[in-house]
Amino acid sequence: MTLFFAVLIPFVGAALVALASRLGRSQSAWATGAVTLASLALLAPLLAVPFNGDTLVQQHDWLPALGLNLAFRLDGLAMLFAGLILGIGLLIVLYARYYLSKRDSMGRFYSYLMLFMGSMLGIVLSENLIQLLIFWELTSLSSFLLISYWQHREEARQGARMALAVTGMGGFALLGGFLLLGHIVGSYELSVVLASGDLIRAHPLYVPTLVLVLLGVFTKSAQFPFHFWLPHAMAAPTPVSAYLHSATMVKAGVFLLARLYPALSGTPEWFWLVSGTGLATLLLGAFVALFKHDLKGLLAYSTISHLGLITLLFGLSTPLAAVAGVFHIINHATFKASLFMAAGIIDHEAGTRDMRRLNGLWKFMPYTATLAMVAAAAMAGVPLMNGFLSKEMFFAEAMQISSSHVGGWLLPALVTLAGAFAVAYSIRFIHDVFFNGEPINLPKTPHEPPRWMKVPVEILVVLCLVVGIAPAFTVAPLLAVAASATLQAPLPEYHLALWHGFNPALAMSMTAMACGILMYLLRRPLYALHARMLERLDARVVYNLLLDALFASSSRITHLIDTGSLQRQVFLFLVAALVLGFSPWLDSESPLAGNRAGLPLDAVSLLAGAALIVAALTTVWLHRQRFLALITIGVVGLVVSLTFVKFSAPDLALTQLSVEIVTIILLLLALYFLPQHTARERVWRVWRDGAIALVAGSGAALLAWAVLTRPYDTIAGYFIDNSLPGGGGRNVVNVILVDFRGYDTLGEITVLALAALGIHALLENLRLDAPDRDAAGRAWNRDLYPLIMGTLTQLLLPLALLVAAFILLRGHNQPGGGFIAGLVTTVALIVQYLARGSAWMHERLSDAPQPVIAAGLALATLTGLASWAFDHPFLTSTFGHLNWPLVGDFELASAMAFDLGVFLVVVGSTLLILVKIGALHDSRINRKWVP
Amino acid sequence: MEALIALIIGILTACGVFLALRGQTFPVVLGLTFLSYAVNLFLFAMGRLAIGAPPVIADGAAYTDPLPQALVLTAIVISFGMTAFVIVLALKARAELGNDHVDGTHYDEEGPR
Repeated sequence: MTLFFAVLIPFVGAALVALASRLGRSQSAWATGAVTLASLALLAPLLAVPFNGDTLVQQHDWLPALGLNLAFRLDGLAMLFAGLILGIGLLIVLYARYYLSKRDSMGRFYSYLMLFMGSMLGIVLSENLIQLLIFWELTSLSSFLLISYWQHREEARQGARMALAVTGMGGFALLGGFLLLGHIVGSYELSVVLASGDLIRAHPLYVPTLVLVLLGVFTKSAQFPFHFWLPHAMAAPTPVSAYLHSATMVKAGVFLLARLYPALSGTPEWFWLVSGTGLATLLLGAFVALFKHDLKGLLAYSTISHLGLITLLFGLSTPLAAVAGVFHIINHATFKASLFMAAGIIDHEAGTRDMRRLNGLWKFMPYTATLAMVAAAAMAGVPLMNGFLSKEMFFAEAMQISSSHVGGWLLPALVTLAGAFAVAYSIRFIHDVFFNGEPINLPKTPHEPPRWMKVPVEILVVLCLVVGIAPAFTVAPLLAVAASATLQAPLPEYHLALWHGFNPALAMSMTAMACGILMYLLRRPLYALHARMLERLDARVVYNLLLDALFASSSRITHLIDTGSLQRQVFLFLVAALVLGFSPWLDSESPLAGNRAGLPLDAVSLLAGAALIVAALTTVWLHRQRFLALITIGVVGLVVSLTFVKFSAPDLALTQLSVEIVTIILLLLALYFLPQHTARERVWRVWRDGAIALVAGSGAALLAWAVLTRPYDTIAGYFIDNSLPGGGGRNVVNVILVDFRGYDTLGEITVLALAALGIHALLENLRLDAPDRDAAGRAWNRDLYPLIMGTLTQLLLPLALLVAAFILLRGHNQPGGGFIAGLVTTVALIVQYLARGSAWMHERLSDAPQPVIAAGLALATLTGLASWAFDHPFLTSTFGHLNWPLVGDFELASAMAFDLGVFLVVVGSTLLILVKIGALHDSRINRKWVP
Repeated sequence: MEALIALIIGILTACGVFLALRGQTFPVVLGLTFLSYAVNLFLFAMGRLAIGAPPVIADGAAYTDPLPQALVLTAIVISFGMTAFVIVLALKARAELGNDHVDGTHYDEEGPR
C-alpha cells in the first residue's frame, strides 16, 4: 500500500492545506511542505529497490470485474520522476511563499499545487495504463486551475483554457491509444505491455496505436504543431511555470515516451514521427526564443526547444540516445526550474518582464545575477555545467545516426544550428537583463529578494554545477537505474565525464558556441528582420480559426435540428419514435396475436373501460376549457386505479388513488395562475397532430395486444420463493421495493426529493399575476374557509394519520408500505390546508418540510450502511420475530426502517411541493402572511 | 379482457400524444399525465393479467408477477414528481416570459376554423 499512500497523501493534503491557510500564510506553506515531505518519507525506504535492479509492483483490487486494479510500480524511471516531482516541488513551495503577494490566496494556490503534485505522482507511479490515464487527465485539470490562478486576468483564463483544450484532446487520443494497446496485448499492466514490444510492433494496429499515443505525448510536451499552448500558459504565477513547465507537467509527455520506449520504439514509423517532430520542435523553439522580449516567453520557447531535443533523442531509437534523453530530462529540470525562479525574482523585484526595459540589473542584484548566469550557462551547454554533458551526448548521437542514413549530414548540421540559437538566447537572457546599459522606466527600483526566496535557486544551481563537474560521483547511479528501467534491457557502454578528448561532438559544441555568440552580436538586424517578416506568424491564430470553425459548424448543426420551438421538437421526436417503432413490423413474419388463453370479458369491466374511454376522449374534446378537462382527467385516473384493483395489484391501486388526489390538487393550484382557456390552434395543426396521435395510439394498442396474447418466462418465481424466507415479508411487491431492489428505491426517493427541492428553488421569489375573479367575473369565494369543513376535517385528521400508520406498519406483509402511507398522510394534511388555509396551518405546523426529507433520506441510507457494520453488502436486510404481550407475534425487519425513510421522503416532498404552490395563493389572497 | 386493456392503453396513448403536441403549457401537462397512465398500464400489463392472485404470500394461493407492480409503483410516484416539476416550470415560464406557450415566445394565432 505504500505507493498508493504516497500518491494519496498530496490529494488529502490539498484539503488540509486549504484548512491550514486559515491560520496564516506561513502556516499554509509549512503544511504544504509537511505534506510533500510525508510523501517523500514514505517513498524513501523503497529507494533501495530500484538500485538493486528490482521493480516494485503493488496491486489492489479496484474494479476487478472490468480488469481495473489500483496498481503502482516503482522502478528506476518512476523513482527519478517521483524524486523530481517531490524534490523540486519542495523548493517551489518555499519559493512560492515569498513570491505570492498578500492579495493572493495562499490556501487556494497550495491546494491546487498539491492536487497537481498528487496527479503527477500518480502518472509516474502507475502500473496500470488506464489508471495512468486518469492521473494524466487530472494533471490537465489541476494545471488548468493553476494556470488560471489569477482569475481576474483575461490572459490567464485564456491561457488556461487553451492548455486544457490542447492537452485534453491529447488525453482523449491517448485513451484511444491505450485501449488499442490493451487490445493488442490483452492487459493494461505495464509489466506485460513492456515485455510485449515485438507483439505490438508486428500487430496491424501498431500504426494507429502509435499515432494516438504520440498525439497524447506531443500535446502534453508541447511539441510542434501543438506547442503554442505553452507560451500562453506563462500567464500563470511564476512558481507554477517553474514547476509545471520545467520539471513536471510538460515532462509527463516525455516520461510516457520513455516509459513506453521498449514497447513502441525501434520501427521506421517511430523513428520518423518522433525524431521528426522532435527536430522540428527543437529548431522552432530555439529560433523563436531568441526573438521573445518577454523573459518568461523566452524561457517558454526554450523549454519547447529542449523538450524537442529530448523527443528527438528518444526518436533516434538507439539505447545510447535513450540514455542521453533521460540524462537531459534531469538536467533540463534543474536548470530550467532555477531560471524560471530567477525570472520570477526579477519580475517580482523590478515589476516587469520586458527585456527591452530590463537592463543593467547587475548593479541592483548581483547575487541573483550570478545564480542566473550559472543556470543560463547550463542551458547554453557551456562546459562545467550539467547541460554541457547531455548536449555532448546528444551531438555524439546525432553524428552517429548521420553515418547510417542517406542525407544524414543534415541532422548534425540542424542540431548544431539549434545549439547556436540556444547559445544566443542564453546570452540574451544574461546580457540583455543584467548588463546592456541602464534600466528603462521600471515600475520599482530593483533590489535583492528576501533571503529564503534565493535558497531554492541556489540549491538547483549548485546541482547544475556539481553534476557538470563530477558526473560520475553524483548523477551516475541515478541515471543508470533510470535509463535501464527505460530500456528494460542492459545498459549500453557509456562514460560520463567532462572530457572525452577531441571528437566531432566537441567540434559541434564549439561551432554552436561561436555561431551563437555571432548571432547575438548581430541581434539588432536580426530583430528588425524578424519584426518585419515573422512577428505576425502565430500558431494561436490557427488554433482560434479552428476553434471558431468548430463552434460555427456545431451551432449550424444544432440550428438545423433545433429551431428553438419545443412544439416542433416534440413533433419531430414523436415522428422519429413512430418511424423507429413501426419499421421492424414491416418485414416481420410472425402473426400479431399469440396463442395465450385470455380472460373472459365481464360486463362490469366493460362498463368501467367504456367510462375510462369516454372520460379520456372528453378530456381531449374539452381540453381548451381547462377546469372541465381537469375534472374529467380525474375520472380517468380513478378508473386506472380500479383497473389495478381488478388485476390483482392492490398496492398499485392504493398508490394510484392517493397520487391521483394529490395530482388533481396540484393542477388546480397551478391552474389558478394560468389562463383558464386554451387558445384555438390552426386547423391543419390539429388534424396533423390528431393523425399522429391515432398512429401512436394504434401502435401502443397493437403492441400491448401482441404482448398480452403471448406466454412469457418470468423471474417472478425467485421473488415469490424468497420473499418470506429471505426478506421476511409476505407482500412481495413491498419486499421487492425495500429489500430485493432497495437500491433502486433509494435512487427513486432521492429523485423525488430533488424534484421537490427543485420546485422549492423555482418558486423562490416568484411573483405571478392572477385574476381576482373567475372567468365568469364572479369572486372566487366569499367563504374562504367554511367552518363545517374545517371542523370535520380536524376531527378526521387523527383518524387519517392512524390509517397511514397502519398502512405503513403492515406494508411488509399486506398491501401498503412507505409510499402509500406517505401519500395518505400528505392527503390528510393537505385537506387541513384546504379547510383552514396556510396561515392557520403555519401557526401549527412548520411550512418547511425539508428537514423531514433530509431525515428520510438519511434514515434510508443509514439503514443501508448499517449492514456494512455486519460485513454484509449495502442494504442487506435482516428480520426477527418478537412475541409481545397483548399484541402477540410481531415481526421486526430492518427493511421497515428503510420503508420509514421512504415514508418520510414522500411526505416531505409532496407536502413541500403543494405547500409552496399553495403559499403563492395565500400571498395573494391574504397579503398579511407571506411565507 | 386483454383486448379491452390493449384498447385502453391505445386510447390513453393517443390522448397523451395529441395533448403533448399542443402549444400551451397546461394541455401539455395533461398530455404527460395521460402518457404516464398509458406507460404505467403498459408496464403493468407486461406481467400479464390475472384476477384474484395478488402477490401476497398465503397458503396455497396463486400469484401474479410482482416485479412489474414494483416497477410501476415507484413509476407512479416519480411521475407525480415529474408532473409537479413541469407544472411549476410552466408557472415560472409564465412569470418570466409573460405567456404560457411552450416555446416561450408567442401565442399560436387564433386561426379560423
